[in-house]
Amino acid sequence: MDAEAKDAGANWRWLARLARALAMPLLLAASLAGTVAIHHDFGPFEIQSLALGALPLALAAAAQAIVVISGGIDLSVGSLIAVSNVLSASLMQHASFTQSLLLSLVVLVCGAAQGLLNGLIVAISRIPDVVATLTTGFIWGGIALLILERPGGGAPAAYLNLAAGADFSVWLPNALIVMVVAIAAIWLPVRHSRIGLLLYAAGSDPVAAFRSGVDVVRARTIAYVFSGLACAVAGMGLTMTTGIGAPLAGSYYTLSSVAAVVIGGVSLNGGRGGVAGPVIAAILLTLAPMALVFLGIDPNYGQVIQGTLIVIVVMIGGLFTHLQSAK
Amino acid sequence: MADAAPPLLRISGVAKRFNQVVALKSADLDVRAGEVHALMGANGAGKSTLVKIITGVFPADSGEMTLAGRVLRFRSPAQARAAGIVSVYQDPAIVPDLTVAQNMRLARVPLDAVKAAMRDLGVAHVDLRQTAREIDFALLRLIDLARAIASRPRILMLDEITAALPADLSERVFAVVREWRKRGSSVIYISHRMAEVAALCDRATVLRDGVTVGVTATQGAADKIVDMMLGAALRQDIAAKAAPVSRVAYDGGAPALEVRALTLAPALQDVSFSLRRGEVLGIVALEGQGQEELFDCIAGVRRAQSGQVLADGKPLASRHPADAIRAGLVLVPANRLQALLPQRSIHENVALSTLGRLAAWGPIALGAEKARVDGAIARLQIDTRASSQLRRLSGGNQQKVVIARWLAAGFRTLLCFDPTRGIDIGTKRQIYALLREIADQGLSVLLFTSELQEIRLACDRAIVMFGGRLSGEMPAAEADEARLLRAAHGLAPSEPVAEPA
Repeated sequence: MDAEAKDAGANWRWLARLARALAMPLLLAASLAGTVAIHHDFGPFEIQSLALGALPLALAAAAQAIVVISGGIDLSVGSLIAVSNVLSASLMQHASFTQSLLLSLVVLVCGAAQGLLNGLIVAISRIPDVVATLTTGFIWGGIALLILERPGGGAPAAYLNLAAGADFSVWLPNALIVMVVAIAAIWLPVRHSRIGLLLYAAGSDPVAAFRSGVDVVRARTIAYVFSGLACAVAGMGLTMTTGIGAPLAGSYYTLSSVAAVVIGGVSLNGGRGGVAGPVIAAILLTLAPMALVFLGIDPNYGQVIQGTLIVIVVMIGGLFTHLQSAK
Repeated sequence: MADAAPPLLRISGVAKRFNQVVALKSADLDVRAGEVHALMGANGAGKSTLVKIITGVFPADSGEMTLAGRVLRFRSPAQARAAGIVSVYQDPAIVPDLTVAQNMRLARVPLDAVKAAMRDLGVAHVDLRQTAREIDFALLRLIDLARAIASRPRILMLDEITAALPADLSERVFAVVREWRKRGSSVIYISHRMAEVAALCDRATVLRDGVTVGVTATQGAADKIVDMMLGAALRQDIAAKAAPVSRVAYDGGAPALEVRALTLAPALQDVSFSLRRGEVLGIVALEGQGQEELFDCIAGVRRAQSGQVLADGKPLASRHPADAIRAGLVLVPANRLQALLPQRSIHENVALSTLGRLAAWGPIALGAEKARVDGAIARLQIDTRASSQLRRLSGGNQQKVVIARWLAAGFRTLLCFDPTRGIDIGTKRQIYALLREIADQGLSVLLFTSELQEIRLACDRAIVMFGGRLSGEMPAAEADEARLLRAAHGLAPSEPVAEPA
């Protein structure tokens, strides 16, 4: 390979990487522009409700993405969110703001512990991830009902305001800040440390990773811990945005997080993608039913759109793989 | 290197079994410091099991392993690496979705040392920011080798390192290995290529049936090594009965199957042969010499880059196995379960391929189906006591079901890929007799076998493949194991023998 060809190759790769990085933000920008065009009054209130709706799903998507990148899949995401939702709402109901902040730490530890348990069950029993997390999902779901039988509980107003308010600008709801800060706090240390390398390696080719000296089982267990942590934040976000704990509210998030991960460019075979794509996809999935309301269409078509998006994304992905292998 | 010097790595009496299968009975291996040591053995001799034990992929059941006098007991490749034993596998241990640089960090190897090693190997031009998925297989193997060298192991293990490498890069690898030896490090070299072993290695340890049968200096010892690899099998062969001869007279018509200059680089290079009607043609090759690709191309699983496959004189352009099946070419694969529905009954499995012929549309003609299927089952003497679920049958009976299916469906040429692997001797004999019977009816059989004596027991003629090319051809009567094995190692290729007409 001469220098010129090498440069051309590098340029081409750089372009491909840029296209991949920009695809999701551009899609989101286009969808927002489209929504504004439909609904001229699109303003702070709409932004606020979009951010509130997207906060738990974005964190669920991040949680799912981490596990899928490492080569697994977490079908207990919804139940984990439900547990931290009802746990925070019942613990904080009569607490002060400061106490609530401390209780948040308790909820985070619980979430991480649940994730660890998921990871250990998968690692030790060698039950396929789908079966193991489906089973633990039922268990966590049951525990959520034991903690709070019916929707209720609550948290101090100041605590709710952490996500429900808009302290800096009406155009910049707190929920959006919480979303970005929480996801960055979980993901950036992972991405830029050896742990991230291990997760990608374990998901991409477990045999090659094992032979390179990677403890694949441990890497995948760690992924579940981070997933549990992100789910705990998602559950508390749900408490902040709805004001209550609801033991059955989490179930929506399991499959929607998988959808966001697929749309966001993470390969379900593991090893490929990041967290930014799925998070943006989560916002898109929240935006779609809103736009339908503005159009006067039954928002239940949102599910149809979600399904269609997944099919299109998967087909485009397949097309790229096909073109590459044909080269 | 005095003989008195204690070996760097000493392995004695290592044994390993997987459930019922004994992979290693008692393996010994002594590797001195500053030595390139070849590990040799025929397919299934236990080489790869020994390599995996040395590199910590799984532990040995018994036996001892010491490195510079210290007892080793690895539980993972990471531990073997830490002790200074690093392996370059046939499929590179490089994670495809990470960049080259990230792969180096993954194995905790300093990038500067890797770059130096890559320069020595002549692959310094590779961009380390590329993901491994974007890089050629041959280059990946060299990058894997560079990474192994950069970690400065005490023992470097190379498993068929030159397979899939072009000649100039192979030369670079040899130069690096020689340099490596000069610095007092050791290499365990695994290769089927006798010429390389003789040129590069100091000594060779030969394994047969899971036992170390000998250690020899490699200089001029190619024949001796082959004899050691063969062992008792050679003596058995003399006692084996003479090859059967096809009873079908050559009718002068087009061959049942003809392959012309078939190429699928790098695995298959310009392979041509023909298979007459009523003939059983055996193919002999060591692992990975292109036989899988050859069968895939003929059976329509893969498409060759160039060359032709002719069935009964008519060119065949298979896009799908169904095309080959319509032309009468049917495959009995090595992995029986690939071809069968393990949870269904014998009857359904046999009937599967006949469905297209019994009823194209509408309900299946159950009566006609039953007659055909029962006929095939009876003919093959399939044990039907456990007929409700195929997975409960023994391997031999499963293989018979695959053949019965094609007998019921009808075919012109049977492509058998190592059909007797892991099958008891009684059933093996039945399968040989069956192949013979098929040929006597004027049908043809192409048989790849990893067991050399099968050539004399079941075939009329044999061809040998080495490195993607034909390296020998001989009538079965002359195909003793020593001759086959030499051709299979690329040694002294026999002259093509005129077709017995």
